[in-house]
Amino acid sequence: MIKIPQNVYEMMVEHAKRDLPNEACGYLAGKHKEVHYAICMTNTDASCEHFSFDPQEQFDAFKQTQKEGLQLIGVYHSHPQTPARPSEEDIVLAYDPRISYVIISLCAQEPDMKSFIIQNKTVEKEEIQIIVTQKETAL
Amino acid sequence: MKVLINGETKEFQDNINLLELLKVEDVAQPDMVSVQLNDTFVTKDDYSSIVLKEGDTINFLYFMGGGA
Repeated sequence: MIKIPQNVYEMMVEHAKRDLPNEACGYLAGKHKEVHYAICMTNTDASCEHFSFDPQEQFDAFKQTQKEGLQLIGVYHSHPQTPARPSEEDIVLAYDPRISYVIISLCAQEPDMKSFIIQNKTVEKEEIQIIVTQKETAL
Repeated sequence: MKVLINGETKEFQDNINLLELLKVEDVAQPDMVSVQLNDTFVTKDDYSSIVLKEGDTINFLYFMGGGA
């Protein structure tokens, strides 16, 4: 199970909507399956059907999280027009067996987010727990 | 010989090259990782010719991409 704070969940969905019609993508920084924050990455493919990270941005994100004592525990990307399940390309290109692969689908009226572990081309669904975060209220 | 790999100090045999190190680190497809040696990108063609030295810092990250 991967735990995602509600504000991070909302930020990921917002990122996915902002980058329409293209796919959005990013890293999830955290520790022990608990996401602390999301890092928006550039989709160098600038495509509605594909995404790729920029290697320099990857290392920048890696070093940033390292300094904070965190790790890159997940990757997210959006599916603007298809369901939240790994495509064949997603599975073939899932080289890192240690991380969660989170997909945000925008093909329905409401966003749908699902997480998967992909090891040796085998996909296993992973539960997402949204951690409710307190919002500031005006007095 | 000790090197820092992805933030963790590890001990490897002397004269190990970068390609061998990636295999020891269970990287099944070295072509699908980007590597920085002491903060400088390494070309994939050079993985087997670069011999690591004591105190080197190696970071490697998997290619990240996919489709819909």
